[in-house]
Amino acid sequence: MENQYKKMEALKYAFPKTLPIMAGYLVLGAAFGILMRVNGFGIFWALLWSVFVYAGSLQYLGITFFTALVNPWYALFMSVMLNARHLFYGLSMVDQLKDAGRFRPYLIFSMTDETFSVLCSEQVPDHLSRNWVYFFIAALDQLYWVFGTLAGAIAGTMIQFDTAGMDFALTALFTVIFIDQWKSRKDHRPACIGVISSVLCVMLFGKDVFIVPAMVVIISVITIGYWKTKDKEERI
Amino acid sequence: MSYNIISYALITLAMILATVLTRFLPFLFFPAGKKTPKYVIYLGNTLPYATIGLLVVYCLRGVSFTAHPYGLPEVLSIAVIAVLHIWKGNSLLSIGGGTALYMVLIQTFFK
Repeated sequence: MENQYKKMEALKYAFPKTLPIMAGYLVLGAAFGILMRVNGFGIFWALLWSVFVYAGSLQYLGITFFTALVNPWYALFMSVMLNARHLFYGLSMVDQLKDAGRFRPYLIFSMTDETFSVLCSEQVPDHLSRNWVYFFIAALDQLYWVFGTLAGAIAGTMIQFDTAGMDFALTALFTVIFIDQWKSRKDHRPACIGVISSVLCVMLFGKDVFIVPAMVVIISVITIGYWKTKDKEERI
Repeated sequence: MSYNIISYALITLAMILATVLTRFLPFLFFPAGKKTPKYVIYLGNTLPYATIGLLVVYCLRGVSFTAHPYGLPEVLSIAVIAVLHIWKGNSLLSIGGGTALYMVLIQTFFK
């Protein structure tokens, strides 16, 4: 009984946190489902991907893998490159997910851009079960994504209104999180490093391959910052 | 036909493998039982902030500021999102308002 109550409280707390993602995932998931359908790949593949691949931008790229019937090794390489940013999320969450116990594998698997962006700045109140809150946020997000995919794959081309620009919801979501993070922290250097390195790498390397160089620059600059603060501590 | 299905299955497998690999690798290096190194804790306190910056740029990577419409729909919409969010602090309002504005802009004024 008490456990049931604990779960309900966690769900009640987690659900509103996922609302912005619900909007984004239903739209992007449906768009993905529609694209799969339009390219001639049925509900089966669309659902399989949304459950087991569960990586938005990779699934969009994957459609081109299917249409071009690429070599699986090429698909693997491209997928790792595109997903490389998830290494960052993992590194950021190693400590935070330390006590996640049996939830850990699923939380690690379901750490998409959006779920990460909510969890990384989430301060669960002490009276709630942290693990259940994390789990509900992650699971609700995937539910929206799978449901969106299913709806899109079924509805196909039945949608009447012009959906152009709807995917901007994702940009809006990240912008809002960026502002929240900016307000919650005095030291703005990490945020600035992220933006400036990425913009420079887009200009230098082009929009298609900038992610990995940008990650290298970001982690280098942050590591230099770490060594500097460490030196200071040791001097004190 | 059957050849295609095998290819589809292998490609799908590659995609699943890539996701699992990139998501689990950091946790294999730093297992739960061990004390997390100071450096990794430091990364956990700084990297998320830099990564969200990276993601915003990632979303805008295709925007051209040198050709029509010079990134105006994106810049205007993000400005409105920022003002709304700093003013009201309501995520749904900021995201909904910003996305709706963007859709109107690219479907009418910047067609």
